[in-house]
This record gives sequence, C-alpha cells and structure tokens, in this order.
Amino acid sequence: MEIGLNHYLVLSTILFAIGLVGVMRRKNLLLLFFATEILLNSVNIAFAAISHYYGDLTGQMFAFFVIAIAASEVAVGLGLLIVWYKMHGNIDLDNMATMKG
Amino acid sequence: MEKYLYIALFAPLVSSLFSALFTATPKKQFTGIVGSLLIFASFVSSSILLVHILSGGAPVHVEMMTWMATGNLYIPFGFLVDQVSVTMMMVVTLVSTVVHVYSIGYMDHDKGFNRFFSYLSAFVFSMMILVMSDNFAGLFIGWEGVGLCSWLLIGFWFHKESATWAANEAFIMNRIADLGMLIGLFLIYWNTGTLQYEGAFAAVPSLDNSTLTWIAIFLFVGAMGKSAQFPLHTWLADAMEGPTPVSALIHAATMVTAGVYLVIRSNPIYAQTPDVSMFIASLGAFVALFAATMALVNRDMKRIIAYSTLSQLGYMFAAAGLGAYWVALFHLMAHAFFKALLFLGAGNVMHAMHDELDPFKMGGLKKVMKWSWIMMTLASVALAGIFPLAGFFSKDTILEVAFVEHAYIIYGVLLFTAGLTAFYSFRLVALIFHGEDRYKLFNIHPHEAYRYMLIAMSPLLILAIIAGSFKGGFYEMVTTLLPATEYHIHSHLVEWVMIIGTQLFVIFAVLHAYKKYANSSVKVPDGTSEMENSFMYKLLLNQYYIPYAYEEFLVKPYRELSTVFWEKVDLKIVDATVDGIANVIYTTGEKTRGMQDGNLSTMLRYMVIGTVVLLSLAVVFALAVKYAGGIQGILSGLGV
Repeated sequence: MEIGLNHYLVLSTILFAIGLVGVMRRKNLLLLFFATEILLNSVNIAFAAISHYYGDLTGQMFAFFVIAIAASEVAVGLGLLIVWYKMHGNIDLDNMATMKG
Repeated sequence: MEKYLYIALFAPLVSSLFSALFTATPKKQFTGIVGSLLIFASFVSSSILLVHILSGGAPVHVEMMTWMATGNLYIPFGFLVDQVSVTMMMVVTLVSTVVHVYSIGYMDHDKGFNRFFSYLSAFVFSMMILVMSDNFAGLFIGWEGVGLCSWLLIGFWFHKESATWAANEAFIMNRIADLGMLIGLFLIYWNTGTLQYEGAFAAVPSLDNSTLTWIAIFLFVGAMGKSAQFPLHTWLADAMEGPTPVSALIHAATMVTAGVYLVIRSNPIYAQTPDVSMFIASLGAFVALFAATMALVNRDMKRIIAYSTLSQLGYMFAAAGLGAYWVALFHLMAHAFFKALLFLGAGNVMHAMHDELDPFKMGGLKKVMKWSWIMMTLASVALAGIFPLAGFFSKDTILEVAFVEHAYIIYGVLLFTAGLTAFYSFRLVALIFHGEDRYKLFNIHPHEAYRYMLIAMSPLLILAIIAGSFKGGFYEMVTTLLPATEYHIHSHLVEWVMIIGTQLFVIFAVLHAYKKYANSSVKVPDGTSEMENSFMYKLLLNQYYIPYAYEEFLVKPYRELSTVFWEKVDLKIVDATVDGIANVIYTTGEKTRGMQDGNLSTMLRYMVIGTVVLLSLAVVFALAVKYAGGIQGILSGLGV
C-alpha cells in the first residue's frame, strides 16, 4: 500500500487532536508546552504533505517559519516558566488564577 | 443712522452682560449706575432715530447677518426702525431708563442687587429685539426673551413660594398662548413663503379669506397671552409678586403691550378680517370692564394697579379691533407713562410702609410723602382721563372711535369703565394718602423715598401731563404707516355733549371715591361689615372665582391625570422596560462572571469550543450556499 496524501492528513489530524486534548486537559505548564509543540508540528506535517502533493514549495517554507516561531516561543515561554517556578515553587496551572474576575 | 440703531439695540445687552459679571458678588453700586447709563445711551440713540424719522427721514432698515438660510427659507437678523417701532423704542427706553435709576434706590438693601440689573437690562434688550425686528421670527425671539426675563423677574425673590409660583404661572400661560402664535407664524410662512413683514403683508391681499382668518386668530391668541386678555389674564395680577420696578416696567408699560404692538404691526392682516377684529374689539371692551370691576374691591395696592393695566389693555385692543391702530398705539404710549409712574409711586409707598400692600392699613400718608402723593394723584388723574392730562386725549379718542364706528355697545361699556377707572384709582389714592393715619395702629414709621428716585420719576410725571399735546404730531408720524382714519363726530353738538358728559361722569366718580374713602370714618375692614359679606363683593374679591375654577377644573384634573400616567405608564411600562433591559444585562453578567476564573486551562477550553462552533457555522453556511437551490425548493414546498 502506497503512502498517500490522505495518510499524512489523517496523521496530522490525529496529532492535532492529541495536542488539543493535551492543551485542554493538562495542568502542568511544561506539558502544555509539549502539547502546543504537537499542535504546531501536526500542522507542519500537513503543510509539508500538501506542499509535496502540489509540488509547490510555499507550504514547506511556511513549515520552516512555523518551526522558527515555535522555537522562539518556547525559548521565551521556558524563560518565563523558570521565573514563575522560582517565585512560586510550582508550575501548576490551577495556581495561576490571579486574573480571576 | 445705522450706528444709532445698533447702539439703541445693543447697549442694553452690554449692560446686562456687565451686571451679570457681578451676580455672585455682594452689592456693587456701580452695576446700577453703569446699567442706567447704558440704557440712557440706548434712549438717546432712540431719540436721535425719532428725530430722524420725524424730520421725514426714510425708515432705517439694516440686515445685520443671515440667521437661517436653507432652501426657500431665508431669515436674516434684520432690524427696522420705522414710525411704529420708533414709538415703541422711545416708550421702552424711556421707561426703562427711569426704572433703572429708580431701582438703584428701590433695590438698595437687596442682596440680589447686581443680579436684578442684569435681568432688567436683559429684558430691555429682548424688548428692543421684539419691537425692532423686521420679521416675525425676530419678533418671536424677542417675544420669548421678554417672557423669560419676566419669569426671572417675577420670581426674583425665589425663596418665596408665592413668587416662584407666580413666575411659573406667568411663564406657562404665556407658553400656551405662544403655541397659538407659533401656529400663526407657520401659517404665514406656509402661505406667503416669507416671514419678513414687508413680503408677508404684500402677499396678504392674494390670500383667501379663511386662511387669513386663521392667521389672524392664531396671532391674536399669542397676543392674548402676552397682554393677559381673558381667559389668560390671571397671571398678570399674580405677577405682582415681583419687585415693584419690574411691575412698572414689564407688567404695565412695555411687555404686556407687546400683544397690542403685534396687532398694530399686523394691521394689514387684521384689516382684511373684520370678524376677528370685531371679536378683538369686543373682547377688549369686555376685559376693560371685567378687570375694572375686580379693581373696585381689591385690597392689594399693586393688584389694583395691575387690574387697571389689564383694563387699559382692553381699551387698546378695543381701539385696535375697531381699526383705529394709531389710537391704540397712542393710548399704549400714554398709558406707559402714567401707569409706570403710578407703579413707581406705589413702590415708594410700599417702601415707606415696609412692604405693606393693603391700602386700608395706610391713610394720611400725604403728610409724610408729599411728592409721592402729588405724583400718584396726577398719574391717577391721567389714568382717569381728565382734561388736560395724557389719558384724556388717548382714552377719549378711543371712545370717539367706538362711537363713530357705530359700535354703541362697546362705546357704552368703555364709557362705564371710564367711570369705574376713575373710581378705583381715586379709591386707592384716597385710602393711601387721605383720611386718618391708620398705619399708626401697626407701628409703622413711613418716610419719603430717596430724592433721586423722585427725580427719576419726574420725566414720567411731565409726560403723563403733557403727552396729550403730542397727539397731532404723533398722528402725522404714524399714519404714514398705519391706516390714517380721523375720527370726527359729524355734529359738533353731539361731540361736545359727549366730551363734557364723559368728563362730568368721570369727575363725579372721582368725587364719589374721595367722599367715600377720604374721610376719617374709614376703618381697617375686619370681615364683619355688611358689604364684605355681600355676594358681589366676594365674587369680585375672588376675581370671579376664575383662578379657583382654573385650580379646580384644570390644574387638579391635570395633576391627577399626571399622577395616573406617572404611576401606571411611567413607572410600570417605561421604567420597567428600561430597568428590565438593564436587569437582563446585569444578570447575564452576574451569571457568566464565573467564566472569568483566571484559570488558563478553562480559557483554553472555551477557546477550543469557540473555534469548533465557528468552524461548524462556516461549514453549515458553506453547505447552505452550495445547496441553496434545493433548500429553497424545500422551503417553498413547506409554504414559507
């Protein structure tokens, strides 16, 4: 059986769903970052696959941008996370409710 | 000449604004002095304009600026000084100057001294706009302006419940009448396409009769309110709550005559509508008698003079209604002089008697207040129309007009009223200045007014005496603009019998008043005498129960209706709707504030739900667009 575009798209959807559930369910900030990475990379897979399918490099270029932005986001996010940990001693989301209305 | 026109018009405004600067500060003598000087400047300018007009100059017509210009509507701020308006300007500025100077003394001890002058000058400015405007819109601005100033000045002592009540009554009654006037103005604009006097009156002959009649009626409704004609007359007597100089200026000499001025100014309209004119004349005669009877028994000095004003306004309307516009204007002028004088004299008496108004509690004041006595007596002689004072020439001409026009009923009523006028005027003079010193019972030590107040009054005194001699020149001047009808009774014998008969009747009334009220047996009434308990006396003292009837049959039902609307409609429907909307939003907010729990993972969940909802909607709409034809088929099959 040849691996076609549909397989990649199904994989991308599954990964996106996993990432979405992770984003919604996880309480640990670090795991939230993981979930976000899964989300972004599921999209990257879709980009790369569709790009290949159409023979157009724009999608792959876009995937590179996403990777770059994800890396910088993680860098900033982890920095903040470490500061938060130093201040509060945990990185549990349920303790970060200072914006409660 | 334009320069003088602007000075005459705007000096009072400057005076008002200047005094207004000091309203929040304690009394400053100079506001009164500067105000008086500026009004005097206005008077001098008006005099120059009068001389210009008298020496045959063309009417001064200026267009200061455009006020409104949209489509076919063009209303400028235009001012016109012609034979009629210059007469009014002279009356207004002269009486205002006198009243301003007089008020410096009269308001001497009042905390609102500066405020008073600000209002008073504002009134003069409004009145000048009213008489000088060259179009109905400007006249209406002045009309409302004097109404506002009248409200401010009647309620000048606003800490008194009765004063604020009277001020509101005057304002509301005038507003009711102003609605009529506004409708009249709309009709004029609608039918002639302009509000300029010139254009509107030029178009009058081409209008059909019923339109003209409606215009005449509605304009007269406005005049009835301002000039306090029956049935809108009750405010004038109550307006006496204001300071006496205000009564002299506004409620005797100038503002209340604005209605007469309107009728005179609109004479091309009224000349075409004899039915309305006849009604005006009849109403005037009726009011003359009606007000004079109320003045007969009243025990409030200022109210007696107010009823007298009402009665004289009736005379003016009677003359104007009979087509004798110049006679009406002449009586307006003469009346302004002697009535203002009478009021200012009454102000002196009030000051001397510490605001006591009941003439029965005075008596014998001529010993201490010689000059006030002389002035008020002469003003009363002029008012009664005794030769050779001003009232004789103006009032007798009105009687002649009624006779020549064959309006014998009006003539009879006016003649009888002339007798009543003489009687109540001298009843007042006799009660105040003659007889026993009844004021001693009340421990009052009267004193004469300041000398400069008396000097300020003297121009009015002189004019009240000699104004009759202006009649010839006045006739020459105003009849270039107004219908020139001379009223001569054909038979000289009849004429002499009439004049002498009238004079004898009036003099008899005067003597009767003196005989009855100038003797030592007059006592302060205590409500026990036979006369005081008679039906007529009670009827007249209670003003024919008209204020009472208004209270019972108009004010109270209106108030109850308002209460119903307030409780049922306003509270239960309008308020409930508004509150309901607010409540829905408030409750929604209260219920949903739980969403804002600050927890990142909850928010992420909402975000995901939101995205899913939006995506689903996008899908649904996309499908709907794709299968639009099919859906429409199904819907039309269902009969939608």
